[in-house]
Amino acid sequence: MAILVKPDTKLLVQGITGSFGARHTQLSIEYGTQVVAGVTPGKAGQKFQDTVPIFDGVAEAARETGATASAIFVPPPFAADAILEAIDAGLELVVAITEGIPVRDMIEVKAAINGSATRLIGPNCPGVVTPGTDKDSHGGCRIGIAPGYIHKAGDIGVVSRSGTLTYEAVWQLTCNGLGQSTCVGIGGDPVPGSTHLDIIKLFNDDPDTRGIIMIGEIGGSAEEEAAAWIKENCKKPVAGFIAGTTAPPGRRMGHAGAIISGGKGTAEAKIAAMEDAGISVAETPSQMAEALIKIL
Amino acid sequence: MEEMNLHEYQAKQLLASHGVEVPGGQPCTTADEARNIAEGLFAAGQEMVVLKIQIHSGGRGKGVFKDGFKGGVHLCKSADDVHEKAKAMLGNTIVTKQTGEAGRQVHTLLVASGEKIVDEFYLAVLLDRETSQPLIMASREGGVDIEEVAETNPDAIVKLNVDPLLGLQPYQARNLAKALGLSGKLIHHGAKLIAGVYKTWWECDASMVEINPLCIVENADGSQKIAAVDAKISVDANALYRHKDIAEMRDLNEEAELEVEASKYDLNYIKLDGSVACLVNGAGLAMATMDAIKHYGGDPANFLDVGGSASTEQVTAAFQIVLKDPNVKAILVNIFGGIMNCNTIAEGVVAAAEATHLKLPLVVRLEGNNVAAGRKTLADSGLTLIGADSMAEAAQKVVAEATA
Repeated sequence: MAILVKPDTKLLVQGITGSFGARHTQLSIEYGTQVVAGVTPGKAGQKFQDTVPIFDGVAEAARETGATASAIFVPPPFAADAILEAIDAGLELVVAITEGIPVRDMIEVKAAINGSATRLIGPNCPGVVTPGTDKDSHGGCRIGIAPGYIHKAGDIGVVSRSGTLTYEAVWQLTCNGLGQSTCVGIGGDPVPGSTHLDIIKLFNDDPDTRGIIMIGEIGGSAEEEAAAWIKENCKKPVAGFIAGTTAPPGRRMGHAGAIISGGKGTAEAKIAAMEDAGISVAETPSQMAEALIKIL
Repeated sequence: MEEMNLHEYQAKQLLASHGVEVPGGQPCTTADEARNIAEGLFAAGQEMVVLKIQIHSGGRGKGVFKDGFKGGVHLCKSADDVHEKAKAMLGNTIVTKQTGEAGRQVHTLLVASGEKIVDEFYLAVLLDRETSQPLIMASREGGVDIEEVAETNPDAIVKLNVDPLLGLQPYQARNLAKALGLSGKLIHHGAKLIAGVYKTWWECDASMVEINPLCIVENADGSQKIAAVDAKISVDANALYRHKDIAEMRDLNEEAELEVEASKYDLNYIKLDGSVACLVNGAGLAMATMDAIKHYGGDPANFLDVGGSASTEQVTAAFQIVLKDPNVKAILVNIFGGIMNCNTIAEGVVAAAEATHLKLPLVVRLEGNNVAAGRKTLADSGLTLIGADSMAEAAQKVVAEATA
């Protein structure tokens, strides 16, 4: 019925007592997410909102509560350590929301995660939402910072490097009556835990996902790699959009990973690779849902 | 600021402190200081001294100053010559292939030993995004544009991925030195330098370290050594909190004034050449908004991400910044209020428009949480703003206003 998370997924939150983490944890609980534990070193024994127990470490939190996924809201200097702790605790899924983690830290995390059982989403991402079937899509699982009410339960998978641009696509789908199986923000950093391709493969194997929207932007070659795989292997219709056609080379456009360098990572090259793979590419960001609807 | 560029002299200081051989020299800001440094180098036995302007731009040697003086890099045989050239360049504005027509004013010079160069190579360390590992690139063709080499003679470039948990191993550095064509003792010199450059990249949280050219130079006694004759470093701004010394190297003279101003308010602003200003929340949506403006025949005046919260203070600062750009003819505000209440954003936009006495056409597209109240606030504000329901409609309307 979805990828990565389901409504019954048990979530712990690292950095639950920070203002940003607390606010979004509360919103996730209201959405229906099973938030079973919080982790803030030194605050064991306290409770979040009088209900969610707080632990000093991830391993004990997971052991005591059965949590299998973590959301990370820890500030950048401590975020890599938080991710490594979650990997070491053997969590299945780690979603790092934190923006501004040094690249070198993520290079180390990425090397450490190889061969582990953990899937990392992010950092610098809006998170993962599997919409529920109640009003405003409540009753689902929301990990991160996305607005819950824009979603609708259904069978379209969304994967994107951007936050608000993802909301735009989701909202277009919902307004057109198309619900989502799962929406995954993989984040705008140059060293992401998961790539477009990693998520597309999961959607391809998910019996309850009928079509896919893939949103990319300038920088790197992840969209080209995903497109090459889609061309040969993907059984489902894919629509897409690439942001940054007008971005000047050599400048980072907000996201650390959004840069055209050495003539590589241009929107033109990505769009060409996607069209070559049979992906329906939206001409403007207002037409992302439309681009999918016409090939469904 | 996602990454911070360093001057050549700063890059060489960091490299030298990690064991990399660089030509002796010092930075200065006056012609008299330049003469003093040069006299010291000549007294130590140097036959030539090189004088290099310190600006964040490539193509310095071939640049032309606004008063017609040619070249930002000069080889000098006497301290008097150094003094004369330094005087001509300091405070003067140079135009290179990278500065644009406005050029860049020169505040600092590097006075260094003019080495006898026997051969030139290229060396760089950067992130390989495909593998998420450090990548070392080396080429026998140095002193030229590496992108050109990649195009015309890709076989001349050797690439090596480094396991970040092991670090660069000595044998790997020796192999790279051999791949550059070094032999005998120079293999060891080269390997030591390559190891130092990698260490600099790793320990300084650099995004990029580029040595171009890396040179075989001849010593006074005829023996040879390997040295980093030019160097460029950019540092990951997210890591500056753990490098106070590097953070202090920031040179605001080298950054666009409006971009520096924007960074004070946590706004991510990049100035472009068009006439349609845009204020957007989120980097991806901001890029997509620029693209939509272009798609409907306009040209974006900027990239501007007001961040996730888009507070009244930030939106006001954003208006003030885009209004300082004289090319701007119309403004588009595009906000997807996810968690945020659209009405709060609308109130912020109205307050900002009033505070800045906005006269230019303003198109606002709001979507998301409590959008009906937000649209009502805008409609009731008494401001002559133009509403739009979709990004496409907003882009069309703002382009029409900018080109009217």
